[in-house]
Amino acid sequence: MSQTLDMPGRDPVLRRKRKKFSWDKTSAILTLVPSLILLGVFVYGFIGWTGWVSTTAWNSIIPDFASVGLRNFKIIFSTFRFQSDLRNMVVFTALFIALCLVIGIALALLIDQKIRAESLFRSLYLFPMAISSVATGVVWSWLLNPTTGVNLILKSLGLNHLPEWFLSTRILPGTPLGQIEIALPLALLAVLIAAVWQMSGFAMAVYLAGLRGIPEELKEAARIDGAGPWRTFWSVVLPQLKGTTTTIIIILTAASLKVFGLIYAMTGPGQDFVTDMPSMNMFDTTYQGNQFAEGAAIAIVMLILIAIFIIPYLISTLKQGEEA
Amino acid sequence: MKRIKKVGVTAFGVLTLAALVTGCGTSNTTTNSSSTSNTSSTGNTTSTAASGTSGKLEIFSWWTGVSSSKALKALVDVYKKQYPNVTVINEAVAGGAGSNAHAVLATRMTNNKPPGTFQVHAGHGSLLSWIQAGDMSPLNSLYKSQGWYNDYPKSLLNLLTVNGKIYAVPVDMQRANVLWYNPAIFKKYNLTAPTTFSQFFSDAKVLKAHGITPLAVANHGNWETTLMFSDVLLGTVGPTEYDKLLNGQESWTSPGVVKAANTFTKMMKYANSDYSALHWAEADQMVAQGKAAMNIMGDWAQGYFTTDLHLTPGKDFGWAPTPGTAGSFGVVSDVFGLPSKLSASQKAVATNFLKVLGSNAGQKVFNPLKGTFSPRLDANPKDYDAYSQAAMKSFQKDKLVLVLGQGAVNPGFTTSFENAMEVFLTSHNTTQFLQSVQSAAQANPLSS
Repeated sequence: MSQTLDMPGRDPVLRRKRKKFSWDKTSAILTLVPSLILLGVFVYGFIGWTGWVSTTAWNSIIPDFASVGLRNFKIIFSTFRFQSDLRNMVVFTALFIALCLVIGIALALLIDQKIRAESLFRSLYLFPMAISSVATGVVWSWLLNPTTGVNLILKSLGLNHLPEWFLSTRILPGTPLGQIEIALPLALLAVLIAAVWQMSGFAMAVYLAGLRGIPEELKEAARIDGAGPWRTFWSVVLPQLKGTTTTIIIILTAASLKVFGLIYAMTGPGQDFVTDMPSMNMFDTTYQGNQFAEGAAIAIVMLILIAIFIIPYLISTLKQGEEA
Repeated sequence: MKRIKKVGVTAFGVLTLAALVTGCGTSNTTTNSSSTSNTSSTGNTTSTAASGTSGKLEIFSWWTGVSSSKALKALVDVYKKQYPNVTVINEAVAGGAGSNAHAVLATRMTNNKPPGTFQVHAGHGSLLSWIQAGDMSPLNSLYKSQGWYNDYPKSLLNLLTVNGKIYAVPVDMQRANVLWYNPAIFKKYNLTAPTTFSQFFSDAKVLKAHGITPLAVANHGNWETTLMFSDVLLGTVGPTEYDKLLNGQESWTSPGVVKAANTFTKMMKYANSDYSALHWAEADQMVAQGKAAMNIMGDWAQGYFTTDLHLTPGKDFGWAPTPGTAGSFGVVSDVFGLPSKLSASQKAVATNFLKVLGSNAGQKVFNPLKGTFSPRLDANPKDYDAYSQAAMKSFQKDKLVLVLGQGAVNPGFTTSFENAMEVFLTSHNTTQFLQSVQSAAQANPLSS
């Protein structure tokens, strides 16, 4: 974080540059300054502010900045709701990314077969991403409501044991940890269907770009060496798509960790918090309950979780950059 | 080199993305910076006389719906007739049950830029918080000069009073403990609307045997079942003990509450299974369509029945107090107060608006449009439809009580209660549920 922000740290460099006065450099710096100030204040400044609030006693409408150390964190981690949130988030993120990657690459490979009306299919699969998450959530909540929607079709097909979709409170057996069970809440699967429907087109588009970037010679060489299409895919295409995959994973992880609109509109926290997410808990805690410090603590935990995913990526890409 | 640059840009982008996650926690502060400009201009109009006949008035509310914004406009028109030189600024903030409005208001109040007057619910929720923070001016002299002490029921004014000082003016009244039912179904099976829980369960058995869902329940918003529990509790322990519980004078693990929780669980056995997918209006729709026989909801449901579904009160839908609550009236009332940090001239302007808001003339145009009724004792029943007339009659003689949620008790307690309820609906573990509620009551005090 500090590497990108510490512009004052580069002062010596600036001074040296000023001796050899160059309008180019000066104007470049001047154009950057406003956005740096805005980012510094409204993003990093408020991250710092949120972090500070999370250690205060501000848990009612009246600001109270008395320091309470990590008390708010202890409180949120001891609640059934937040424990459920963390479980849901991990399960949701893992499945969401895995499914998006698999469906994304499958679609990209199909479209890459030089088919007719390629751009039509490409747009078709990308469209769901353009629909707002709230609209997606509402429509899928109708489709997957067990008393309406797809269950009526399944029923007319003669099926008897119909899925309860997002109303299910069943949690597949797992190990108890704290107050909750570490396992897969079935209701999350219904939410996953909607989320994957919305975002797998994005994975497809990025993969398609990645596929187009693989030199034809490589595939040709593989073919000459006697590799079949399957072998070419595993040994040539997939390794070439490593960078693409990492990019998709990072972007989808960020999207998944802060998912809000879709679930808020589709299921809400869900009975027994089977579909709750930290973001919804944060919203309720902060704006319904006026417990600003606890809400800030949830925000900080979310930030740390995202950092856990993103910082290793940054380090590895920076290293790669240096090597190159 | 090019690659490093690219990485740098990506890194910055990703970090920004990550930072946006915490944006929710800070967005209210950003909102503030934009509203500062228009309040400071309000502050500049101090040249006006203290009579409050000119200047600017900001009215802060979450009335952005069709009927409520129409009603507010009509009320402002009445005010403008008397004070044509005042510029009225409608500061309505959209968003679920005022949740966004609360956040915006909180920022403005803490930055000493309060609106001229603002909407809040009667009771010990946000209103009490603002009073305790010293952000509200007492209105005793206004009440005296307008003769309002005799115009409103004493028990309603008690909900707006702390240490003998009254802090807000009520403009409308809604009832939280109403059982809505489908008269055709009840007639078909020779049933009457239940007045006790045992009658409720015997009715429910008959209805269930005929394949009709006895009780339509919604809980998509995670507050509907809490409201229903509130009514079951009131019907089980009676208004006196209920009052003590909601004022933090009795333990939430007491036998009466245990009994209410068990009754609640038993009632949920007669409910539709998809309740966590339904919004409150969808549950009422089930009753209207004859798919379900009864629903427990505040009387905003009556606006849905008449305005949205075009049903006739009494004929197409019936109502009764929820079981065991005849003689009690669960209050959900919008009230307006006077922020203490306004300048003298701003206060004079806002006070004149409160005079109109609390008057019979103002409430008479406001309430019928909004689908509520006037809490004034001299309100004319003829201005209202059949349901509101009946509700008004109960209101004027019943014991008034607060409600769990609806901004009537400590918001921190409400959120914790709703969280505990979400678990209780699945676990049916009364002991665990009431222990969570009890510790929520300790962490978020219910009394002033």
